Amino acid sequence: MTLQTYQEKAAVYWSNCKQRHAKFMANPNLSGGQKLAVHYFTVAMVLFMAQLLFGLLAGMQFIFPSFLYEILDFNVNRMVHINAMVVWMLYGFLGSIYWFLEEESGVPIVGLKWGHLAFWVLTGAVTIVVLVYLLIQIGSGDDTSLWLINEGREYIEAPRWADIGIVIVILVFFYNVTATFAAGKWSGIAGVLTLDLVALAGLYTAGMFYVTNISVDQYWWWWVIHLWVEATWEVLVGCIMAWSLMKLLGVRRKVVQTWLYIEVALMFGSGILGLGHHYFWIGTPEYWFTIGGFFSALEPIPLVAMVVHSIYDSGAHRFKNSNHPALTWIIAHAFGNFLGAGVWGFMHTLPQINLYTHGTQWSASHGHLAFFGAYATINIAFFYLAAQQVRGNVWMGGDLANGWRWKTAAVLLNLGVMGMTVALLIAGYEQSFIERAVEGSTWAGYFAAQNNHWFMQAMVWRMVFGLMTAVGGGLLFWDLLEIGKGETRPAAIIQNDAITD
Amino acid sequence: MTEQVPKWASETFWKKTAIWVTGGSFVLLVILTFDSMSQITAGGSRVQAYSVINKDISYRLDKTKQRYQPIIGGDAPLFGKMLTEEEAEKLVDHGKKTVQTKNCMNCHTLLGNGAYYAPDLTKAWLDQGWGAKASREELMVNFLLDPEKNARTFGSNRKMPNLDITQSEAEAIVAFLKWMSAIDTNGFPHNFTAIGEED
Repeated sequence: MTLQTYQEKAAVYWSNCKQRHAKFMANPNLSGGQKLAVHYFTVAMVLFMAQLLFGLLAGMQFIFPSFLYEILDFNVNRMVHINAMVVWMLYGFLGSIYWFLEEESGVPIVGLKWGHLAFWVLTGAVTIVVLVYLLIQIGSGDDTSLWLINEGREYIEAPRWADIGIVIVILVFFYNVTATFAAGKWSGIAGVLTLDLVALAGLYTAGMFYVTNISVDQYWWWWVIHLWVEATWEVLVGCIMAWSLMKLLGVRRKVVQTWLYIEVALMFGSGILGLGHHYFWIGTPEYWFTIGGFFSALEPIPLVAMVVHSIYDSGAHRFKNSNHPALTWIIAHAFGNFLGAGVWGFMHTLPQINLYTHGTQWSASHGHLAFFGAYATINIAFFYLAAQQVRGNVWMGGDLANGWRWKTAAVLLNLGVMGMTVALLIAGYEQSFIERAVEGSTWAGYFAAQNNHWFMQAMVWRMVFGLMTAVGGGLLFWDLLEIGKGETRPAAIIQNDAITD
Repeated sequence: MTEQVPKWASETFWKKTAIWVTGGSFVLLVILTFDSMSQITAGGSRVQAYSVINKDISYRLDKTKQRYQPIIGGDAPLFGKMLTEEEAEKLVDHGKKTVQTKNCMNCHTLLGNGAYYAPDLTKAWLDQGWGAKASREELMVNFLLDPEKNARTFGSNRKMPNLDITQSEAEAIVAFLKWMSAIDTNGFPHNFTAIGEED
């Protein structure tokens, strides 16, 4: 084909995209905020697929180390894997909040145009960052590389220019949330959400500077990572969950908001000082053993409370709802958050065991189940809420046409992640025992553990379950594009503590 | 169901509790942060001054504390050159920056944090894998310059890729690793026999 043919094909494709986008923007079933939310959800799903793909590549390199050697090395694949995860989850959260902002405040979003602009700017920036990660990968050891290529700090590798862009976009988002609530009505959810967003944006700036001293570096780095993932993100999904329970099951606002406050007290009460469990071994003083050990041991309590809350509400409302896929994922969230973040975190959080498990596959095992259980699940639930509304608020029960798709996707994703978690846990046991306890953590000890047949078996099983997760992810994507099409039955209207058809 | 909600189960009670608990925890964290920062500033007993790279560094079990601790010995200048505090800081800084821009942390762990595809770098300077103290500096620099030719795979087939590291960057990385090995990490890693401590 000549260049001209390519250009013509690209022009046709672009024009089709524009037409589809215009058609979507004219959808009468969605409010302005909900349309913006669907933009965020769409990019989130694309990034979720990227997370799965690069996770598979990195996992494959554990089994075949020469695979893509010096083309896409492990550090590149792993960086894209975890960055795609952080960003798709943030996209999911922003989208979820835009989704319910108008309904919760009772007025249209104040700066919707700014919201759209911020979305396109952020998406453009993310695309550039990923392309630079893949094509340029690394730079020389100077400030220019930190500003333009890669900051080399796990999870927040994005170069400095992108950091500044992210803060600006979050400020636009924050303005939209607070100004919309201010123009409409405030609620308990609105109050918690606003304060949480202040903390979330403020904390990010703690990760935006370079320092020579690695102990100081990691001290502040954990402020971003821990206080995001184990505090402000948890409260954010608490808000999203609170709204979902009212929406999906018709739980009374008073009950939901009281629970939300209890969860905030427990989550911040344990999570803020629970930060100390990252300060055992980075050069920080010994008192963090006691503080970090004690408060992080309390961290599962709010997660247990959330499970109790969800089971109680689901039982009290006899599971009556009109979006079965969304409720399935909400249930997966309650259990996944408790198991992944709570149980798996607690298992190795005390310094007496952490001395041997810190920096081994234990952390990878915990990370996989916790991020999936706590955050991927609730985002997926919202994707289904959005899909339902896009198709005209139709009935989305278990008896849908092609209902096998969402059920199979849910089974494959949950089983796949759980399988990877267990495989990595076995690798972690073996590594802690052989590398740390027996061999004394030398490089020879590290490789003795990596070469051990138990470790290699675990990596193969992780790959098998990783493939299962990827198939589940692909199926989920397909399902979200198709579910509810052709369905004519309207969704049941859910009111406070009652359901009417 | 009665609408009389006991005080401890009321929305306002938990709202106030949430505010006080969050505020209290955060204030405590800020106080502890000031204290921790004062204790981990380079030049203190926990995190050594950058000129520690002029000294011999080892790692031994402190029998009273039942914990491994860094031991700072006599003069042992890196690459045979005694540096001032300022020169040492500049060199370690270049090393740290290179470690970040080459994205080392997405294969290795540093102070136990990072990825798990390659060994921890916290005590890389002290690892027995370098054979003898006398040849260590040269081996480390050569490895960083051409990791494929000088591969140290320990039978795993996992090789570090060539990251286009220059001579000055390689020396700076070694300086950073030497300085990092002197940080008091509360006994992490445990049971680690440092180079030269085999007996």
